[in-house]
Amino acid sequence: MSHQGLEEKLKKSTVKLLMAAAVYLPKDVKDALEEAYRREKGELQKKMLLSILENLEIAEKEKRPLCQDTGAIIFYVKVGENFPYIGLLPKVLREATAEATELIPLRPNVVDVITGKNTGNNVGKYLPWIDWEIVPDADFAEITVMLKGGGSEAVSMMKVLTPAEGLNGALKAVLDTMFEAGPRTCPPNIVSLGIGATGEIAAKMAKRGLLRPVGERHPDPKIAEIEERLLEAVNTIGWGVHGTGGGPTALDVHVEVAERHPATFAVSVMVYCWAARRATMRIAPDGKVSYPSHSFLEKEGWV
Amino acid sequence: MTEYRLRTPVSEEEVRKLSVGDIVYLSGTVYTLRDAGHKRALELMARGEKTPVDFRGMAIYHMGPIVKKKDGEWEVVSAGPTTSTRIEAYEYDFVEKSGVRIIIGKGGMGKRTAEACKKFGAVYTVFTGGAGALGAKAVQRVAGVHWLDLGVPEAIWVMEVKDFGPLFVIIDSKGNNYYEQVKEKIGNNLKEAYAKLGL
Repeated sequence: MSHQGLEEKLKKSTVKLLMAAAVYLPKDVKDALEEAYRREKGELQKKMLLSILENLEIAEKEKRPLCQDTGAIIFYVKVGENFPYIGLLPKVLREATAEATELIPLRPNVVDVITGKNTGNNVGKYLPWIDWEIVPDADFAEITVMLKGGGSEAVSMMKVLTPAEGLNGALKAVLDTMFEAGPRTCPPNIVSLGIGATGEIAAKMAKRGLLRPVGERHPDPKIAEIEERLLEAVNTIGWGVHGTGGGPTALDVHVEVAERHPATFAVSVMVYCWAARRATMRIAPDGKVSYPSHSFLEKEGWV
Repeated sequence: MTEYRLRTPVSEEEVRKLSVGDIVYLSGTVYTLRDAGHKRALELMARGEKTPVDFRGMAIYHMGPIVKKKDGEWEVVSAGPTTSTRIEAYEYDFVEKSGVRIIIGKGGMGKRTAEACKKFGAVYTVFTGGAGALGAKAVQRVAGVHWLDLGVPEAIWVMEVKDFGPLFVIIDSKGNNYYEQVKEKIGNNLKEAYAKLGL
């Protein structure tokens, strides 16, 4: 395939990736919401969860974005050192975002911080945000997109604690954030705690936790145990489904850690609404594309 | 938990019947109005100028839709609520000056809005957050759009809706705020959660 032909193909594949994320909630999240509905006894909570499930069904059937806030668009790119088209990716991701905004369509969510003007196509300075990770001795690229809605992002926190405050301070930050958030984050939520040496490392760790599927535990058993305890504690707070005082507040809590500096204990708490939209695309060195998170779409020539 | 089917314009009497925990399905005209829209509407009202639509007896929706244009007509693709807490700063004055009866959003509103609902006869209701596809299904037609210069999310979209809901009454006109009641009820749970983590 010519360079130009491949660029077009990758762009179309990325539009499809964005469609997958906007329309089809990942299976792990959907399963968790269905389980919450089955278990729910409260009349009001059951009705709200039913609205959520009906919404997912309509979105899939009619290929409509399941939530109108199609978020700040963040691409997490893992790229092999030998992937032949690495230089194409920044252009492909930006142009595909503009195309997807028109085609799917997505809501234009990119606003100038000084003038307040909306760019209209979801492309602007540093948006879509692209997070790069180089994988040594590999020849593929794996791109995960997150559509991060404003309501749940609004409660994000980052603070550099003292080592004396340490882990207990981090756990307290999770509970305080969730108590203050109340109904605003569209619970039931996925909650993530990131810890590291500096503010932005902690925040990056927290975002990474939001990408991990519901129900999947951290490989380190010590951290996995903290996740279990945090999940129980967050649900003890009791805001529940949409802040109604019943049903689950969190579907899961994840913890991701980097090592810290002797003088710092940076923590960040990030929350994902129940509409925790993410999708992954894998590009082989020959340009062949697959969608590990939404493999049912592979047969479908959506674009 | 009583279910009501209402049609805009809604009278003060109809709205004053509603209590927290009730459910409403709404038909008629709904105007979207977010932060920037509230700000501009209040600026116009303060100068004694007219807003492009008359809100008296009507419903506003804290929402910025996904729209597309098909054969020259606007179509709403996805239409779930935005977080209402951001709009708390404007809502008392807006309810007083506009005569709006039903506010639709998500995430809850504060004391000032509750005060306005009680004083002027209005309710704040919540449509399930994130349920954009379900919300769009209730939209029969886009009857117009104003203030597009504010951008698609912040413009006023005039939507004809049918049985839009379920809308949960969170603030009624009797001074009740459901989320405040929940917050009071769960007030001690935070300490219990701390204790579970040995904090």
